[in-house]
Amino acid sequence: MNVEAVKAIYLFEMARTRRTLLQSVVSPVISTSLYFIVFGAAVGSRIQEIDGVSYGAFITPGLIMLTLLTQCIGNGSFGIYFPKFTGTIYEILSSPISMTEIVLGYVGAAATKGMLVGLIILATASLFVDLSIAHPFVMLVFFVLTAVTFSLFGFLIGIWAKDFEQLNLIPMLVIPPLVFLGGSFYSVSMLPPFWQAVSHANPVLYLISGFRWSFFEISEVSPLVSFGIIIGFLAVLMGVLVWIFRTGYRLRN
Amino acid sequence: MAPIVSVSNLVKTYGSGFQALKGVSLDIAEGEILALLGPNGAGKTTLISIICGIVNPSSGTVLVNGHDVVKDFRATRSIIGLVPQELTTDQFETVWNTVSFSRGLHGKKANPAHIEKVLRDLSLWDKKDNMLRELSGGMKRRVLIAKALSHEPRILFLDEPTAGVDVNLRKDMWKVVQALREDGVTIILTTHYIEEAEEIADRVGVINGGEILLIEEKSALMKTLGRKQLRIELAEPVTALPPGLEPYQLKLEDGGGRLIYDYDASGGRTGITTLLAAVAESGLRIKDISTRQSTLEDIFVELVEKRA
Repeated sequence: MNVEAVKAIYLFEMARTRRTLLQSVVSPVISTSLYFIVFGAAVGSRIQEIDGVSYGAFITPGLIMLTLLTQCIGNGSFGIYFPKFTGTIYEILSSPISMTEIVLGYVGAAATKGMLVGLIILATASLFVDLSIAHPFVMLVFFVLTAVTFSLFGFLIGIWAKDFEQLNLIPMLVIPPLVFLGGSFYSVSMLPPFWQAVSHANPVLYLISGFRWSFFEISEVSPLVSFGIIIGFLAVLMGVLVWIFRTGYRLRN
Repeated sequence: MAPIVSVSNLVKTYGSGFQALKGVSLDIAEGEILALLGPNGAGKTTLISIICGIVNPSSGTVLVNGHDVVKDFRATRSIIGLVPQELTTDQFETVWNTVSFSRGLHGKKANPAHIEKVLRDLSLWDKKDNMLRELSGGMKRRVLIAKALSHEPRILFLDEPTAGVDVNLRKDMWKVVQALREDGVTIILTTHYIEEAEEIADRVGVINGGEILLIEEKSALMKTLGRKQLRIELAEPVTALPPGLEPYQLKLEDGGGRLIYDYDASGGRTGITTLLAAVAESGLRIKDISTRQSTLEDIFVELVEKRA
């Protein structure tokens, strides 16, 4: 295990976060505050409570998930795509590091950044609404698992992408509708039966539902199902990763 | 002594079907400086990329210090330093950080004293806190060399190190190369300038179309290059050489209209004076005289034609 190399990549990526502090940290905080103002104040004054939870508190887990998903995918994909784009990837590829170590460095840093921003959002949210976390440990498990899984997802997108258009395709076009339609801002049970069924095909619904359960013990589906879905997605990504290691896909060919 | 790099039957076919290497075999001795010459697209960079682990070979093996570059990549890559052809740098990093980063990637603990020495040797010390985007092209090239030396490699690859580089940097670079050679570092450089090979290499390899056409000690190659030709254009063509000219081993060309005399320009006596006297004596009338030196290009053409 080349610990020095993992450290080097991890710290290098974290240093970029420091350089781009405004963009990395301040902007998600501002946009989340806007969500609270618009949804919490404007919409919340009409909805008031869902399943016995105030509307502002209800949307908090969804907002954290929205941030976590976009941040982790963004960080994970950019971290590996950028050296590919500038050509500095030659150095990573000619260093005595295994693919596992490359992934540890990049995905570790992407997940760390995503979680930092997620925690800041949680802190920001607590300024607007009363929050209590019923199962802190379960909450942490969902939080870390989601961060790692989606950072890895981002990493794979970064390897696959040939240009910035492809790089942004999934984070910009696929993730936001999934998150918005996955029950971030409402309970899916409020929808007509047909749209409820459609919503259940959305994997992000399960993430948000499980995460929300750890806060308020209310959920659309059993938290165990949510857990299973994340683990399943992580397993699929690992499978793709192993295939990339074996073939050198878009890295060593 | 076992070679430090041993390439055998290396083939690389890219996804597009382009065959960049067609069965290259090559041994590199520890401590030597090998120059690989070849036109653009000859396969130089692909060869280096495979040895360094950037590109997977299609078939064939490469051993570095006795280890396979694919199976045992940690052992091979940790002793190799690579200076790539393209000026690829992280624009927003400082010189010091990017060079230290390279050392970390190679699994070595931080060693500020060594980094400082490398930066000073390359006249980069006063730029250590500058961001890379603030540096000129020549300075960036120095940074790439510093990165490659950050982990004290035993083998250094310089891919087209002097493309677009000014005289000062070239001199500095050869000084560094000389110092590394005294430390026993093996150096492989690619270039398409013969002068560069002349200046520093021990051996010269010529690569074209994915094949090694020739690999020779520089001194032997210089002998070939040192050969010159004297071409004598005759006013009237002859069918056979007149008597008296036999000792010069002349060739007749152009239907008897031209005499070709090969001589060694590096030798003290070229024999030109006596030849010209002999030609005048034989009654031939000279229309024009020219000399030409065989160039690397001639060697290429000759080698390629021989294969065809």
